[in-house]
Amino acid sequence: MTSNPYLFAAYAVTWLVHIAYLTTIVRRYSRLKREIGDLKRDH
Amino acid sequence: MKSLYSILVIITGLLLIYAMSAALMPEFHLGPLTFQGAPTEQTMGSVQRIFYYHVPSAWTAFLLFFINLGASVYYLIKRCQTADILALVTAEVGVVFCTIVLVTGPIWARPVWGIWWTWDMRLTSTLVLWLIYVSYLFLRKFSTSGQTPVLAASLAILGALCVPFVYFSIWFFRTQHPQPVMGGGGSIDPRMLHVLLVNWLAFSCFAFLVCWSRFRLEKLQRELDAAHAMRSLMDEPAHPRSAR
Repeated sequence: MTSNPYLFAAYAVTWLVHIAYLTTIVRRYSRLKREIGDLKRDH
Repeated sequence: MKSLYSILVIITGLLLIYAMSAALMPEFHLGPLTFQGAPTEQTMGSVQRIFYYHVPSAWTAFLLFFINLGASVYYLIKRCQTADILALVTAEVGVVFCTIVLVTGPIWARPVWGIWWTWDMRLTSTLVLWLIYVSYLFLRKFSTSGQTPVLAASLAILGALCVPFVYFSIWFFRTQHPQPVMGGGGSIDPRMLHVLLVNWLAFSCFAFLVCWSRFRLEKLQRELDAAHAMRSLMDEPAHPRSAR
């Protein structure tokens, strides 16, 4: 594999964008689970 | 359903590892097996390997925007909640892939063209497409009107109409962007084509999985909102009719 900073940057950015988006999904899911727990407890 | 999801996660993970290895190396080993990857392009050298992420990301984004169009039209006809959620989810994941196209493109352009960006038809129309879908997501997030899904579906139709324009812009206008590798009279080494298609398959599977997760999340969110609304109605004190 030939190292090239532009190639590395393009692949790294691609996965960083995907990881950032997946992190937002996980955070939203955790918040939702907490809200569901609160709702069940209050009921 | 959960086991099917887990199986798909494993298959997609393996496919992504294989696709990335094939994109980065002319020959690679996974365990005892040896595989052929994409050969190094003679003119551009290794930087051309950005192609295997840039182009499949664009195709995946276009695919998601077309699914968004179908779901939006279906919602406008039937007012189906599932179609509305599908439209939202595909637009969101499509924007992620379109963002990658807009970021990897300039990273590739800099060493090859000597510039990061040029206002030619392909690049500008892709940016406009991205802006349309970003405004779609802003509309979905910040508008509280009951008509938001209808407005968003109309905007989605406009956005999807831009997709063919983006794709064919390099045929109709003189642009800096290269001609398409498939269907445009261009030719490509069969090994490069194989790696390109494998990467597209891997990205499409990945996009499908992300859409699936996001769909479940959105459905759960709406059920929770409905439960909150119902609870507020139950907790509300009765209308003081007797006071009249």
